[in-house]
Amino acid sequence: MAEPLLKVEDLTVSFDGFKALDGMSLQLMPASVRVLIGPNGAGKSTLCDTIIGHVRSVSGKVVFKGKNITSLPEYQIVRKGICRKFQTPGVLESLTVAENLALSARHHRECWRSFGRTLSGEGRARVDETLELIGLAEKRNQLAGELSHGQKQWLEIGMVVASDADLLLLDEPAAGMSHGEAAQTAELIRRLSQRHSFLVIDHDMTFVEQLEAPVSVMHMGRLLKEGTLEEVRNDPQVAAVYLGRVKEVASACA
Amino acid sequence: MRLRLKRIFDGLFLIALAFAPFYLSAYHLSLLGRFLALAILSLGLVLVWGWGGILSLGQGVFWGLGGYVLAMHLKLVSLSPGDLPDFMMWSGLDHLPKWWAVFNNPALTLTCVVLLPMAAAAVLGWLMFHRRVGGVYFALITQALALAFSTLLISQQPYTGGFNGLTDFSTILGYSVNGPNFERGLYWVTLAFLVASFLLCQWLRQANFGKVLVAIRDGESRVRFLGYNAMAYKTVAFAVGGALAGISGALYTLHVGVISPAMVGVVPSIEMVVAVAVGGRESLTGVIIGTLLVNWGKDWVSSAIPELWLFVMGALFVLVVTAMRGGLAGLVEIPFRMVDSRRHKKATSANSVVAAVEQTEAYKA
Repeated sequence: MAEPLLKVEDLTVSFDGFKALDGMSLQLMPASVRVLIGPNGAGKSTLCDTIIGHVRSVSGKVVFKGKNITSLPEYQIVRKGICRKFQTPGVLESLTVAENLALSARHHRECWRSFGRTLSGEGRARVDETLELIGLAEKRNQLAGELSHGQKQWLEIGMVVASDADLLLLDEPAAGMSHGEAAQTAELIRRLSQRHSFLVIDHDMTFVEQLEAPVSVMHMGRLLKEGTLEEVRNDPQVAAVYLGRVKEVASACA
Repeated sequence: MRLRLKRIFDGLFLIALAFAPFYLSAYHLSLLGRFLALAILSLGLVLVWGWGGILSLGQGVFWGLGGYVLAMHLKLVSLSPGDLPDFMMWSGLDHLPKWWAVFNNPALTLTCVVLLPMAAAAVLGWLMFHRRVGGVYFALITQALALAFSTLLISQQPYTGGFNGLTDFSTILGYSVNGPNFERGLYWVTLAFLVASFLLCQWLRQANFGKVLVAIRDGESRVRFLGYNAMAYKTVAFAVGGALAGISGALYTLHVGVISPAMVGVVPSIEMVVAVAVGGRESLTGVIIGTLLVNWGKDWVSSAIPELWLFVMGALFVLVVTAMRGGLAGLVEIPFRMVDSRRHKKATSANSVVAAVEQTEAYKA
């Protein structure tokens, strides 16, 4: 059996005593998609934050490509080949669309190598390819700040893809998108999963369905259940903590 | 077209400055010279604040380091062999401290004018950026530093000349520092440094370094999560800003023939930031003009009604921050932007027609 790309082992994160992650474990194979679902506060975003080094764990470890990356600084974790898209679009507004992508497509990110003016041919090719992929080729020279909300989402997905990282963490990539756009995003992820691995967080069940990928359910900082979407849906425990709550919310709203 | 207009304007401006000694009176030329020296510091602030988003209220420290280093050298060469500077004798020192004596060497002095402020800025910057100190906290700490620096200079009278600072210079590199020929020569040297600093900043901005720096200003954590070590970029920017401030301070000291703690403290440091804000903190040409105008205004107001200047400066700052964030350079941009957005609207509506046609054809197929 092949070596997993990412291994999260018994990870615990504590915010002033509150355990956002409580012994979370997860494995991800190369070139695969995994969807992470769970009620609000289950620790999905915290898991991504901890993998990328934004939040530090109390115990447990994150192993990526066989190396322990738990205590590396963020930028070094990223250079190892993990890239993350945050919940709110974080495009760099005073750069053009192409410059945003070029920033993430560059291989040499050290400060002392930043005094050149050009991007390598390979990097340029990846920028062009990504621009086609996310459908913003015509807007390449427009400032990112002038894009619509949906286009910013796409641009940020593009930035993650252009980084050519092996593992892409997407936190609610389809938030604020129309159904059509969400379907396109799912299609894009499926297509790219031959080259990259994805860990996708989302609440939108239609979108999750379209990803056609195994699902991990989190609850109270722990892994509750893993399986296909069908298995997970039919699991009484999951229904109790997750879908049950949705019903509660629905009845509360009504 | 906008770029070409800007180039033409910059060129004409440079020609006007280069020929200033032929049409300005000696008094006005000396004013212009010292303002241009200050403008070198402003260029550094464009890099640090305008592009890097790091507001430093303590540029006076680096400016003062450059100024004092050169002043120490000038003081030493104006003495006859074996003499001590006058303030040292008054304070009871009987020999020259070693760290003073090294500045007898002109080459070392000129190197230190650049490297000392640069190193100081690099260390301070690293300490703060490493701890992720930013925004208001960074501004406050740098302001406190400016206060501490001027207090230190006043309190160490035997070594720094205290409140009066260092003055009474006679020669530099063998040239007398008095007389119209020196004035004129110094003016052109200052202009040359200004042009070189301008080109340096522009080169940095157009390099990948500049793009990353602006990106850090827009979203530091986003850039960090693209694999860039934001701290290193900010430290380099701050260090270059410090070096430019040092050069500016040294040239200014030569122009006015004195450096004192009052020139490096909190108020001058804030004046520098106000001048940059007025000119437009993202525009190199803008801040040069801003520095010239604000300092000219200061000279004019404070010779007519000295008490009024601080109020005028405060009002200017409020006006720029609330009503014209882009400063003067931002005002110039407005007509261009209007043309741009009109053209842009036309282009997008044309594009959407094309897209709609393509879509219908796709459905048919």
